[in-house]
Amino acid sequence: MSGVRLLVGTHKGAFVITADGKRDSWQISEPHFGGWDIYHLKGSPADPDRLYASQCSSWSGQVIQRSDDGGATWEPVGNKFSYEGTPGTHQWYDGTPHPWEFERVWHLEPSLHDPDTVYAGVEDAGLFLSEDGGENWRELPGLRGHGTGSSWQPGAGGMCLHTIIVDPQQPSRIYTAISAAGAFRSDDSGQTWRPINRGLRSEGIPDEDAEVGHCVHRIALHPSRPDVLYMQKHWDVMRSDNGGESWREISGNLPTDFGFPIDVHAHEPETIYVVPITSDSLHFPPEGKLRVYRSRTGGDEWEPLTAGLPQEHSYVNVLRDAMAVDSLDECGIYFGTTSGEVYASADSGDSWAPIASHLPAVLSVEVQTLP
Amino acid sequence: MSDAPAIRIVLPAHLRRLARIDGEVRLAVTEPVTQRSVLDALEASYPMLCGTIRDHDTKRRRAFIRFFACEEDLSREEPDVPLPDEVVAGKEPYLIVGAMAGG
Repeated sequence: MSGVRLLVGTHKGAFVITADGKRDSWQISEPHFGGWDIYHLKGSPADPDRLYASQCSSWSGQVIQRSDDGGATWEPVGNKFSYEGTPGTHQWYDGTPHPWEFERVWHLEPSLHDPDTVYAGVEDAGLFLSEDGGENWRELPGLRGHGTGSSWQPGAGGMCLHTIIVDPQQPSRIYTAISAAGAFRSDDSGQTWRPINRGLRSEGIPDEDAEVGHCVHRIALHPSRPDVLYMQKHWDVMRSDNGGESWREISGNLPTDFGFPIDVHAHEPETIYVVPITSDSLHFPPEGKLRVYRSRTGGDEWEPLTAGLPQEHSYVNVLRDAMAVDSLDECGIYFGTTSGEVYASADSGDSWAPIASHLPAVLSVEVQTLP
Repeated sequence: MSDAPAIRIVLPAHLRRLARIDGEVRLAVTEPVTQRSVLDALEASYPMLCGTIRDHDTKRRRAFIRFFACEEDLSREEPDVPLPDEVVAGKEPYLIVGAMAGG
């Protein structure tokens, strides 16, 4: 029978949560890497037993872990992330030049086809690549070096490259997103890059529709229509129908268009999910009601999904990498909260149930659909 | 084969788990025994510790890591200063410590 495996990164370790295809009974592992921040874990689409994890701490910096048995055991691999050439400067919070300094890996994106190839998005924003299973890392410097890098500025959480999407139909096309620089696209496997932010407007920067400077929180696409991109920005939910050449707002009737994650239904390319958060200073749901919002029309028209979610006194956040979808016939949706709950829906979001509680604050959730 | 006593190294718990070490590490270190030579030997034996105690390239101590021995804080000592005789003789351990943090 098919099944699902959730990979949950938290502030104090990683958890592997599994169920069979019915998704009504869940097994939670003991913590892996207890005490460490696990910003992200992700499995290889080409070999589901090959997993990568980003492990870090203020004391001891960055470690990358690799598993070849679906997360039962792990081995540390390479953790040296050196920017190519002279790193130069970006803008600091106060607008002064600040040298590029590696802080941590926010996101790991394994290749669609090769288990040994994996991208890493890092803070201070840069894109790295390993082609030997994470043993060695080299920067793809064209992103930082394409011309606007010196004007990038960190968001409140740091200047992180948090989204990496490889176009499944055109693998030389890669999308990245950076807080608070914006979205970028490469059409030559990451060698050269350009900003793709036309149509974004951000009140927090001097020129609201500048080429860069937008705090993009997350981008998602459906593999059958990779030119259609969905974006949760600091404020505004956005959509592009042309690979990021231009964007239009699709916030519609959302109670607030601030939030972090956005994801797409596995079988319905126009069905998308967000978790509205009150504001940039109030990082919890409006009215203390934890609601996922679903649009079945590719945006603009949204419905709240509340069944099984707390509808009072809920003051949690859902971070940008903490939502995922499985690809079983009835699409499963998952998200984790900063108060340590993981919620699952086995019916495309119509109803929800907590499958884990009292974990450390959840930083990321990924799901693997297993044969 | 050297007759020099092994240098005793104590790691913080989170690095012992990372390197799968129980208790102290005992390593033969070529003289002169300094903080640099001890850490070089430690990283050679346990490559997964590279970058977790000091920077990969500059070899500077990470900000929240401290080095103690013989009830002294050696964190700000130059890395090529010889370690105390008691450490070199294996009578006292060289302590790698995670700085106290939090409330």
